[in-house]
Amino acid sequence: MSDLNQEMAERYKNNFLKEIEEQAEMGEWVKMCMQCGLCSGSCPTNFHSGWDHPPQEIFMLIRAGKREEVLNSEGMYMCTSCYNCYVRCPRKVPVTHVMHGIAEYAYRIGRAPKAQPTLHLSKTFWSNATKYGRVNEVQLTQSLYFKDGVGAGIKKGLEMKDVALGLVKAGRLNPLEALGMGHKCKDIKGIHAMLAKAEELEARNKAAKGKE
Amino acid sequence: MTSIVATNQTILVVGGGISGMTAALEAAETGKQVVLVEKNPYLGGRTVQLYRYFPKMCHPTCGLEINLRRLKANPRIQVLTLAEVTGITGSKGAYSVSVKLKPRYVNTNCTACGECGKAVQTEIADAFNYNLGKIKAAYLPSSMAYPQRYVIDPSIIGTPDAERAKAACKYDAVNLDDQEEVISLNAGAIVWATGWQPYDASKIVYYGYDRFANVISNVEFERLADPHGPTGGRILRPSDGKEAKNIAFIQCAGSRDENHLRHCSRFCCMGSLKQTHYVQEKYGDAGKSTIYYIDIRAIDRFEDFYQKVKANPNVSFVKSKVARITEDKDGNPVCNGVDTEGYVRYANAHDLVVLALGMEPSVKGVEIPAEVMSDSSGFIMADPANAGIFGAGCATNALDVNRAVQSATAAALRAIQVVNKVARAEA
Repeated sequence: MSDLNQEMAERYKNNFLKEIEEQAEMGEWVKMCMQCGLCSGSCPTNFHSGWDHPPQEIFMLIRAGKREEVLNSEGMYMCTSCYNCYVRCPRKVPVTHVMHGIAEYAYRIGRAPKAQPTLHLSKTFWSNATKYGRVNEVQLTQSLYFKDGVGAGIKKGLEMKDVALGLVKAGRLNPLEALGMGHKCKDIKGIHAMLAKAEELEARNKAAKGKE
Repeated sequence: MTSIVATNQTILVVGGGISGMTAALEAAETGKQVVLVEKNPYLGGRTVQLYRYFPKMCHPTCGLEINLRRLKANPRIQVLTLAEVTGITGSKGAYSVSVKLKPRYVNTNCTACGECGKAVQTEIADAFNYNLGKIKAAYLPSSMAYPQRYVIDPSIIGTPDAERAKAACKYDAVNLDDQEEVISLNAGAIVWATGWQPYDASKIVYYGYDRFANVISNVEFERLADPHGPTGGRILRPSDGKEAKNIAFIQCAGSRDENHLRHCSRFCCMGSLKQTHYVQEKYGDAGKSTIYYIDIRAIDRFEDFYQKVKANPNVSFVKSKVARITEDKDGNPVCNGVDTEGYVRYANAHDLVVLALGMEPSVKGVEIPAEVMSDSSGFIMADPANAGIFGAGCATNALDVNRAVQSATAAALRAIQVVNKVARAEA
């Protein structure tokens, strides 16, 4: 358990709803849920074994103060961002964004599950995209293919060989990206400075919340 | 020409449903002159299209018969059917109103003998039965229509069919030269009682109302259960005419939904609970009803009605808003969703799905030819700036029959106060 997790648990003693409202992005929407179940019913990943709690159950668990159950859940990481729930919600709760908000918060306080594929993709994508200001497709694919070891990576790579060659031929994939070349933003320094500033502001805002 | 006697002490009631009739009767019975304007060729509105009322499960025929008796006995009410208000000018105590009268092509000689209907060959959609069937183009809108006079549909005017209708009439009641006219009348106060319409179900895309024949609306189900309806009161599903014994009711179809109707329509929970009685009545223990709901809002004093339905072993309740309707290979509609009691996913096949559609004010999106205030759902609100026009019934809120009548009585009283003031000023 990280220190931040302890600190947050201490700060929002017995008020997990408030903790989510203040700390998780879009968390203020949790109390708008009226438990109709339309989001869960509309979810395409509903049959997946990792889907232990569907969205409206997570909302109810939050309101019931079940901090451990929610933070131990894998539900919010299973979201594929298809936005079915979001467009259908009768209360216009941005369910997709709330799910991501809770997942991000759990990750921030060190409560994200280990070896969670969605989380792995998010982290990889973020560091990849922010490095050059644009996504480096070759490196992104490599890091995903080789996440389960060299053997598995090579096997997967061979499987997808024809697709990759087709993309290269069509000019949609630049093999030189493997060496850190390929498309980039013009002002990488400027982008990094902006992101650093945004991170700083967000951290400051969130740290200030919930303190008297 | 139609001649109407109306002065600044006259109350104009727009809409001849249960609310408009009530407002007109209450005002006329205190001695006021009333003009009642109705768009349809008959009075009674959506109430006469019901099979039974809740909570007493009696037939609308009964309550309407009483109102019609009061109406016939009262010389102070002038009824205009096939009439629409097209313009209002003036202010409280002195309105001038223009009313468009559509031709009925049948005059007061009509005895409703039905010979014209037999003679005519053209068939048109049966609007009274929500287009579930066809009727002849010379028709009596419903068996208890008031006025009890036939209507000839404008689509056959100028065709040999119209001549057949005229030839068949023994009472010289068919007048094919009938013309549309616009009349102007005075009124001191106006009661706006234009009622409601069911929400457009095809807008709820994931329920497939316009794709699946066996997904119908609550108002259509009323007609299926009614012995005067298109199936003679047998609950037959539209796709293959099979008896529908396993019926799903989906609550909040449109209501309580920011994407559709913002408000709770109030009557639909009781409506579906009532409709489970129809299934029980027709099929006994072989009839099964399933109600999918967010929460049951048996408003007012109807909790005991809900408890009684709940105690019926042939009715089951699933706490879930159905997320999607699909169809299986036998043409059965399948309700898909997650039961929020236990968070279990289900895919239940039924013979027929009834969408408990919410209530939308008829005035929504319609240009009322006067300044009135409306709320975010389009219902008319009391407007202090326009104190001579009053909403009544479902034009003002989502109401059941009982509450609509209360609302109409209140509106009548307000209108009476306005014309009383006019009378004092003119005395």
